[in-house]
Amino acid sequence: MTRAKRTASTDPASPGRGLSRRGLLGLAGASVAGIGLGVAGDRVALAATTTLGSGSGAGAASASMVYPFYGSHQAGIVTPAQDRLHFAAFDVSAGVTRAELIELLQDWTIAAAAMSAGRDVGEYGAVSGPYDAPPQDTGEAQGLPPAGLTITFGFGPTLFETADGVDRFGIVGRRPADLTPLPHFPRDDLDDGRSDGDLCIQACSNDPQVAVHAIRNLSRIAFGRAALRWSQLGFGRTSSTSTSQATPRNLFGFKDGTANIKAEEPDVVTDQVWVSAADGPAWLAGGSYLVARRIRMTIETWDRSILREQEAVFGRTKGVGAPLSGGTEFSEPDFALAGREDQPLIGAAAHMRLAHPTQNHGTKMLRRGYNFVDGNDDLGRLEAGLFFISFQRSPTQFTTVQLNLAKHDALNEYIRHVGSALFAVPAGTPDGGYVGAALFA
Amino acid sequence: MPRVIRSARLLGVSLLGVGLLSGCVANNPTGESVALTVESSADGCTVSATETPAGAASFSITNTGDQVTEFYLLGDDGLRIVGEAENIGPGLTRDLVVQLAEGSYFTACKPGMTGDGIGKAAFTVTPSASGTVVNTDLDAQVDTANENYTSYVKDQISQLVTGTDAFATAYLAGDDETARALYAPTRMHWERVETVAESFGDLDPKLDLREADLEEGQDWTGWHAIEKDLWPNDAEGEFEPYSAEKRAALTEQLVTDTATLDANVQELSFTLSQQTNGAIGLLDEVATGKVTGEEEAWSHTDLWDFQANIDGAKVLYAGVRDILLEEDPDLAASLDTEFAALQTLLDAERIGDGFTLYTDLTPAEIRALADQVNALGEPLNRLTAALVL
Repeated sequence: MTRAKRTASTDPASPGRGLSRRGLLGLAGASVAGIGLGVAGDRVALAATTTLGSGSGAGAASASMVYPFYGSHQAGIVTPAQDRLHFAAFDVSAGVTRAELIELLQDWTIAAAAMSAGRDVGEYGAVSGPYDAPPQDTGEAQGLPPAGLTITFGFGPTLFETADGVDRFGIVGRRPADLTPLPHFPRDDLDDGRSDGDLCIQACSNDPQVAVHAIRNLSRIAFGRAALRWSQLGFGRTSSTSTSQATPRNLFGFKDGTANIKAEEPDVVTDQVWVSAADGPAWLAGGSYLVARRIRMTIETWDRSILREQEAVFGRTKGVGAPLSGGTEFSEPDFALAGREDQPLIGAAAHMRLAHPTQNHGTKMLRRGYNFVDGNDDLGRLEAGLFFISFQRSPTQFTTVQLNLAKHDALNEYIRHVGSALFAVPAGTPDGGYVGAALFA
Repeated sequence: MPRVIRSARLLGVSLLGVGLLSGCVANNPTGESVALTVESSADGCTVSATETPAGAASFSITNTGDQVTEFYLLGDDGLRIVGEAENIGPGLTRDLVVQLAEGSYFTACKPGMTGDGIGKAAFTVTPSASGTVVNTDLDAQVDTANENYTSYVKDQISQLVTGTDAFATAYLAGDDETARALYAPTRMHWERVETVAESFGDLDPKLDLREADLEEGQDWTGWHAIEKDLWPNDAEGEFEPYSAEKRAALTEQLVTDTATLDANVQELSFTLSQQTNGAIGLLDEVATGKVTGEEEAWSHTDLWDFQANIDGAKVLYAGVRDILLEEDPDLAASLDTEFAALQTLLDAERIGDGFTLYTDLTPAEIRALADQVNALGEPLNRLTAALVL
């Protein structure tokens, strides 16, 4: 397939019909092209049947959950954090034109909308296409409900201008002033191969196979136009983004994200998460900034540290997650309350103190991180950690807090930041549009 | 490198070690701990039972008052502290696990952490079915161990001062070969007492900060800044050797900061838990920085630091080993074995007075060292609980 063919015009306004162009081009010359039309598997319908027998437990409820792809803000930000993550960063391939980039975004939009709704990718889906053509959908999500799948797209600084200063797509003038690489923080040990990227996709679902299916198919659609730079699986959420969710635990065994921004706080979300029209640039209004940090944990050392130290490091109890100043999990910490020798119960270097909004000029972020264990390293240690994701109105919210943490956090002895990326997340896509259309308007 | 928590370990828990051993008994190998609850309210201190059999007992103390509270288990004189749980915030529950010998005790709470405490009540430990052995008073042994370690720290820092002077003289004179030869052996004095040196939060970053740990705009001083200049071939391509002025400034700072460190350690004293946690901290240093080859990015003399951290941990362990033999001989035997096994691996890498460079180690050798650090780490980290409870 040549690039010239892919630039043929298409109608992105028919999202419900799947990924038309690539599918049709792939079938060029196949006489049976029309047969399977419209019968691509509708996994939601299948799921409705298959989950009937499994009772009305929370599992069944989360499995049948569908979040619409189209809307004023992208899904996957204030959406109650799903249990599983597959995150991917892409680099746009050499020689790709502005029109081809737009076309990729259009194709991604159509596919993402279909998968979010529980449908296969493409008109023919996984098994209904021509017998002599590769299936349009990779097929491993057949029979699985979307389980709350959300697919969130972002644009990295290098999309606007490469490191060499090249404006490949005529958008450097639209680059947000805040979209510059994050500064070097003390103790950063970043791996280029796990950092940055022109584009990113965050796929979250309560079913890990559904999240992987999403990245796999979007990656496949991008072949020739954008290639995977790095990707990260997360097996357990470490934040709650809704008051309806219990606070989960990170791999240190502590509750994480107790003081997170919650969807039920619309004023805080508006103030701290969404870029306003006044912030500029105009195309990013209603969007946000995504910071991703791959934080490796030395859990072997942590596991043999004494409980006294573990609680002192976090500033919370390990059991219920209460601040060491007393109360229960959601009690406001009293940073001044002193114990023995007039030392504050929540130490000066406690993670919770340093990250708390009151210690950072009121700065908050919407955190949406995930636990990961990617096998083990050469020293026989689990390659474990937290894939930190935060959404904020400005990257300075993250840098303010992270500078504070990088300099003083007692937790630094047990963690290391090994990957880092920043993306501008455009606003939601109206039905019939494509993600980021305002940037290219 | 700066380790904030070390200072917490060394300073924040300084009361723990004092006198807690008195009245302890040998670990009861068969006994499961008896669970007791304590409610510390604004005006009361209610314990769920007034007696328990000898052996392990677990007090789960809930603070139902609105002030920070403490719980004490006192000896039969009503003064000697057998066990305590401090800094319990309002609404929180904390467990105190103690080994109790048969005898008479008192329980008391201290909401607000001032005064004589309230709700002081008699508490009896009855004979256990299996029988337990009361240890002799170990206070004197603890005092000796603490004094010995204080002397060791002062001696190491004193040698660091002498060694740093010689290193500085060579570096300043442009005698890089001598400076390189002195670099790792001199740093060993620092590494042997690294957890103590790190407890001085402002000095540690000035003396031992790695380039990766710098924040933007921060001045880089200390050993590793000079290390990079002494091994320029291992630095990145655009690295420019330091000017004579920069060498002079770095040298002066190094000597001055080391002298300050020397002055500071003269005032130090240590408790038992500071010693045991210091040993644990030194091994953590090995596990996170040395066995990974990250400490000495250009000189690759990580094994010198490795050996020195282990030297320091062994000194700390040796100081409390006699006490441990009475408290938990199995743990002592395990530590003896694992320390020896680690030393065997290190000895295999000795070349003359030094060691194999980290970059010359095979992956299998690195892996064997890492595995043995873990093997030692697990029993070593039980040391505090075994001795201080």
